[in-house]
Amino acid sequence: MIDWLLEPFRFSFMQTGLAAAILVGITCATLGAYVVLRRMAFIGDALAHTVLPGLVVAYLGGWSLFGGALAAGMLTALGIGWVSRRGAVREDTAIGVLFTAMFALGILLMSRVRSFRDLSHILFGNVLGVQTADLAQMAAIAAGVLLTLFLLHKELELTSYDPIYAEVIGLSADRMRMVLLILLAFTVVACIQIVGVILTSAMLVTPAAAAALLTNRLPRMMGLAALIATGSSLIGLYASYYADVASGAAIVLTCTAFFGAAWLIHTLRTRGAAGG
Amino acid sequence: MNLFYGHRRYAEMIPDAPALAIDRLTAGYPGLPAPVLREVSLELPPGVRAALLGPNGSGKSTLLKAVAGLLHPRSGTILIYGRPVGACHHRVAYLPQRGDVDWRFPVTLERMVLAGRYVHLGWLRRPGEEDRARVRAVLVKVGLEQLAGRQISQLSGGQQQRALLARALVQEADLLLLDEPLSAVDVASRRIIDEALNELRDQGKTILMATHHLDRIHEDFDLAFLLHDGALRQVSRTLPILEGA
Repeated sequence: MIDWLLEPFRFSFMQTGLAAAILVGITCATLGAYVVLRRMAFIGDALAHTVLPGLVVAYLGGWSLFGGALAAGMLTALGIGWVSRRGAVREDTAIGVLFTAMFALGILLMSRVRSFRDLSHILFGNVLGVQTADLAQMAAIAAGVLLTLFLLHKELELTSYDPIYAEVIGLSADRMRMVLLILLAFTVVACIQIVGVILTSAMLVTPAAAAALLTNRLPRMMGLAALIATGSSLIGLYASYYADVASGAAIVLTCTAFFGAAWLIHTLRTRGAAGG
Repeated sequence: MNLFYGHRRYAEMIPDAPALAIDRLTAGYPGLPAPVLREVSLELPPGVRAALLGPNGSGKSTLLKAVAGLLHPRSGTILIYGRPVGACHHRVAYLPQRGDVDWRFPVTLERMVLAGRYVHLGWLRRPGEEDRARVRAVLVKVGLEQLAGRQISQLSGGQQQRALLARALVQEADLLLLDEPLSAVDVASRRIIDEALNELRDQGKTILMATHHLDRIHEDFDLAFLLHDGALRQVSRTLPILEGA
């Protein structure tokens, strides 16, 4: 049994893959608590698409692809925050407008680039092809995001459920939203290049959505989401190794299974409460 | 060291200034050309409990929001204890209508009330034992100490309203702005809110409350302002004002 558990991790690509998946999982799942609670489930997907023009421009100019993606992601995050400030445009509308515009801009620019293959790996990443440098970058971003969430916890929490009260005490809800969007831009850009769009989107939403069904305290929800993400990464990688299936997809579906279990527990509990 | 939200906090009160002085206030919402309030002037001395009356759409909520700093006046001035809006955030507490809060958010009642201390803490400081003790004392006062650990959606309408009041109490504000705190509230909650407001007045705090309930205006309020169609129609110490409404 021990051998069975240890065997996959004799390979260094499995070790870095696991480390990458866990870093991505913990960062996305913790930040994902806000994504789920603030009803921004599509932000991950949207931000992932908006990095395209940044990638193309960086590619054409011969600059760092990561830098280009980050610049485009940041621009979109700030754009969403700016267009929807003071509630003039709903946030989901702003996300929809800006993400399609940025993606179209990317396609437009890309029609001038001969080979898309050079760019595709950064959009569709492969958790088992992670380099040590990527891992270090991801670790730095994970540390920065988690530290910010920790230091601004009470402000992010309050502006999420009662932005009006926050404004009255001088705490700008729009500014805190901007902080969240910037954290999301960093996270999404770093994550998609190592694990791809779908795994990033899933990690932002599914573990937090499962945790939300099991607890009604925000810090616990974040911890539980991180735990679910970590567990899914581990189980998914074993499945990928022994059943020889795509690793990212295996991790996503394990997350989905956790969500299903959480939903079942929640349903049984509320039915029990209603019956008793 | 404290890093407070906003700027210029803890400005001292100007001695002998009214709790609230509004001078020819015109205010409205962004995107709507017509102002909701037109040239409203009123003065509220400290230590009174005042009612803000008027039919729906007369501008009661708009007036409270302008004083709370949620709406920028188009013209006119608002002074709170002699200082402009925002000069001293902790002195003003605003109880929104219940609909403005996301009650399904995973926070407990205790944690929500604790947010009333944030204005005193500012950035990076965490609430301490003293803050928690204040929260516990206030929860006893509003009769919610048994429910401290409940998630906020699991409270009744009246209990939620008491929770909002509790948060204003731990904030230790001097001017309380309440928007229809008694609408859709059970009798017990109404009595508890009422007693808490009287106690605040006895401590010298000032209360301005938008309300529909006219039945106890005489007993419960020192002063009443009647808004009609965005203009101040009448100011009254007793109440022949109902005919105007």
